[in-house]
Amino acid sequence: MSFPWLTTLIVLPLVGAVALWVLPASLRTRARGVALGFALAELALFVVALTQFDTGAAGTHQLTELHHWIPALGVSYAVGVDGVGMLLIGMSLLLVPLVVLAAWREQGSETVASDRLRQYLALVLALTAFIVAVFAARDVFLFYVLFEAMLIPVYFMIGGFGGPKRRYAAVKFLIYSLAGGLVMLVGVIALYLQGPRGAEGFLTANLTGLPLDPTTERWLFLAFFLAFAIKAPMFPVHTWLPDAAEQAPAGTSTLLVGVLDKVGTFGMLTLCLPLFPAASRWFAPAVIVLALVSILYGALLAIGQKDLMRLVAYTSVSHFGFIVLGIFAFTSTSVAGSSFYMANHGFSTGALFLVAGFLVARRGSQQIADFGGLQKVVPVLAGLFLVIGLSALSLPGLSTFVSEFLVIVGTFARHPAAAVVATLGVVLAAIYVLWTYQRVFTGPVRPGLEGMADLRSHERWAVAPLVAIMLVLGFVPAPALDLVRPPAAVTLEQVGVTDVPTTAQGGDR
Amino acid sequence: MSFTAPHVDWAAIAPVAVVLVAAVVGVLLEAFVPARVRRTTQVAVAFAALAGALLAVALLWPSVRDDGGRDVIGGSLAVDGVTLVVQATILVLSIVALLVIADRTSTGLDAFAPSAASIPGSDYEALARTKGLQQTELYPLLLFAVGGMLVFPATSDLLVLFVALEVLSLPLYLMTGMARRRRLLSQEASLKYFLLGAFASALLLFGIALLYGYSGSLKLSEISAATQQVTGTESLLLVGAVLVMAGLLFKVGAVPFQAWTPDVYQGAPTPITAFMSACTKIAAFGALLRFVYVGLPGMQWDLQVVLWTVAIATMVVGTVVALVQTDIKRVLGYSAVAHTGFILTGVVALNEQGLHGTLFYLLAYGAASVGAFAVVWLVRERSVGADGGEGDVLGEATHLSQWAGLGRRHPVLAGVFTLFLLSFAGIPLTAGFIGKFSVFSAAVEGGAWPLALVGVLSSAAAVFFYVRIVVLMYFTEPAVPGAPEQDGGTAAVEQAPVEQAPVEAAPVEASGATAATLTAERTATGERTVTTTVVRGRGVVAAVTVCAVLTVLLGVAPQPVLDAIASIATFLP
Repeated sequence: MSFPWLTTLIVLPLVGAVALWVLPASLRTRARGVALGFALAELALFVVALTQFDTGAAGTHQLTELHHWIPALGVSYAVGVDGVGMLLIGMSLLLVPLVVLAAWREQGSETVASDRLRQYLALVLALTAFIVAVFAARDVFLFYVLFEAMLIPVYFMIGGFGGPKRRYAAVKFLIYSLAGGLVMLVGVIALYLQGPRGAEGFLTANLTGLPLDPTTERWLFLAFFLAFAIKAPMFPVHTWLPDAAEQAPAGTSTLLVGVLDKVGTFGMLTLCLPLFPAASRWFAPAVIVLALVSILYGALLAIGQKDLMRLVAYTSVSHFGFIVLGIFAFTSTSVAGSSFYMANHGFSTGALFLVAGFLVARRGSQQIADFGGLQKVVPVLAGLFLVIGLSALSLPGLSTFVSEFLVIVGTFARHPAAAVVATLGVVLAAIYVLWTYQRVFTGPVRPGLEGMADLRSHERWAVAPLVAIMLVLGFVPAPALDLVRPPAAVTLEQVGVTDVPTTAQGGDR
Repeated sequence: MSFTAPHVDWAAIAPVAVVLVAAVVGVLLEAFVPARVRRTTQVAVAFAALAGALLAVALLWPSVRDDGGRDVIGGSLAVDGVTLVVQATILVLSIVALLVIADRTSTGLDAFAPSAASIPGSDYEALARTKGLQQTELYPLLLFAVGGMLVFPATSDLLVLFVALEVLSLPLYLMTGMARRRRLLSQEASLKYFLLGAFASALLLFGIALLYGYSGSLKLSEISAATQQVTGTESLLLVGAVLVMAGLLFKVGAVPFQAWTPDVYQGAPTPITAFMSACTKIAAFGALLRFVYVGLPGMQWDLQVVLWTVAIATMVVGTVVALVQTDIKRVLGYSAVAHTGFILTGVVALNEQGLHGTLFYLLAYGAASVGAFAVVWLVRERSVGADGGEGDVLGEATHLSQWAGLGRRHPVLAGVFTLFLLSFAGIPLTAGFIGKFSVFSAAVEGGAWPLALVGVLSSAAAVFFYVRIVVLMYFTEPAVPGAPEQDGGTAAVEQAPVEQAPVEAAPVEASGATAATLTAERTATGERTVTTTVVRGRGVVAAVTVCAVLTVLLGVAPQPVLDAIASIATFLP
């Protein structure tokens, strides 16, 4: 048997978390270094695993492992990744060390690492293990278990380390997610009973392509989709996200919005569509309308926000609308675009949360009105904020542009009207990004902000890799697109729709 | 009519016999062993009896697995797979609970009144305390209760069912009233439990009479056979079956017979609560399963309406009422009601998976329940001495506001308690999740998907009050003792608050000071400020550890237990 790459990727951060928790008192001041070491080792391990991944066959699941876990219930430990899973794991593992770096001086760790920071970093590493596992799960039960279990570390990350109303935000987050998840549980059980059962009855492969009664299939689709829509989050079940993002530390928001919410769209793409193809086609128009509402509603609310973190959260609601739109437009271009968008959104929004977090930490306030004229005081921070903001509005030359363009072009081929409406979202994005930049960084310097310090080196290192990778993938998106195109074709085949050719083939520019 | 003595298969009833004989021996020890060593002897006998019974179950296991078990004592007891699984579960959990009951913790005091017969607040009580008396009759009582519980799920004869019910109930009524602190509350709970229990017993007995009138037999198998024929007296059967079920549903604490649960859980000495919350429920579910699966398989359609209604009402009422509780023992009490509803979902499924799921759930729930109450037993009030230093350790700190900040000061204890709460809530990777998954999937398979849906929605709502406790322990600063606004809260705490105030709000001043005066070990001065502290106890720590390990193991690697249940758990016809 080949080396269990994915299991190693899952176990390593868990080891790191345990190591941080049991760190002897004499070494506790080194907690930051230990956490960063584990995060970087994990990233290095991923790079090695990537070399074992055959990009030419990115549409199939590779690095697979299969062990019986609870045969009596039909549950297996089955992991494997296709191109999309690989891309998302890579994105997540790139973000983790940066989040560790960004938290360097948080939780009362101005000089040495505090005990609270140690516990926070341990939670980050524990969450990392869940993230890798959930993107790699090839068993519906395993996916569900991870989907629910990862709520616990996030709950503590928001509730234990956030802002003044953190308890409310954490409980709201947990209740929303659990309510969706438990409805999905009924769907998971019902789906299993429709399948072949037996010791491997929960394997995704064994549940794909089942002959389902159309009514049953639609109910099952709804049970799964509700959980993913809450997670994503889509209008009208998005209201937990702004509260969570407002109260959570910036690093938590980065992981929460940048990575965890992707589990929602990832679930739609890799579970809803292949498991319930007919129902997906039947519900697609409704989902597309919801996605369009999310795009416009999220963007409009972002424009109206007074709180920096809430603003970023609402921009994400808008962006998730694009991702869902691309998935349910059912063209190979739009699905590939959405897959790529998931990774880009992680880089872009993650970076946006981090720089917003730097701003907030310096000013001690999240209100946009408390800032002004900072461009003269902190030029590096301002420049980074601008570049990252431009990535959020999908400026050509940055990777987000490629994915957003693919989604819109792909959608246009099947639903021209939807694509036109979605384009309005791009215009609104320009307003919320540029207007925010204007209010925070231009104009006269607000009294009291003259002495604000510019980015420290560890903060620069936390953001620079993200900007670099967005620039690289903006000009040379081919390596990433090679990962997402074959899975998109497979997905379309599973859904049972014929591709609509688009006039633009975005990848080969 | 001549009487033929039935053949007694001693090997098959060994688990029951060992426990009951030890109980009788315990009563004799009470009379003959000097007071100095009485407690030690009683504890040793109790442990030996329970361990011996567990060993007897283990010895019976292979033969029952191979041949399906046998009827003993003239067909009044069925020693089959289900009986053994339930008996093993009860024995394991009662051994764990006994660790908690027998542990005197670092305070040197157990949970029981020095002399349960003394009037609360009387001179005699004070004398008994100063003399250091101990109520060691507790241990034989516990053994009698366990003996009844072991018989209860095995009965295939309704009269034996009634006898077993009384044998297990009467000691529980007594033990409920034996709390060392808040004795009036404890005695009130005991009386309430006894009156309602007697009422339920009467219903059960009346139902048995009707079923006898219908079928001419007390044997479940013969009643089952009688239901196959049309006789024109089906109303007797229906009313009789519903009345018997009412008696059993009272014991499991299902709506509309749940009223006693929170009061008794709150009033009973906490170690006894730990014991009965798990073991009584398991035994009663064992009996209910046998009655429904063996006695009335021909009545599925008629009973389904009753069971569906009861299950849904139990889940909803338990969850909703738990949301507004302010006392940790009452929260856990109502959570127990809600769990009864979840377990009933598995019973209602009326298929093999439902049976196996229910049995697994009982073990998972029992482990978390014993563990949770054991932790509650460790979290105490401590009075503030006259000089502002630490005073005496008092009773359990049961008001939720007293748990604030526990996670900061005692991370391990709070972490373990969180684990039990997560298991109650059914979060994946804990035993509770696998249990919920088993019963809900059985329900969906049995066509009872609306029950499963109500079940998951109540689970989602239930998460709210479990998480509320987690929030309190980890994310809330503890209240400062002696602060002006704290006095009201402290007074309310001392009077065993049952008023339903939101946790976050300062507890309101309660009227009447009866309960407060009863905690006679406190200094009767004007300054009644208490802080929350955690006592140590090796037995309790061992019990909590066992429960935590069980909860994690059954959540992560449940396969061996699921296999064991699946391989053996079938009923004798």
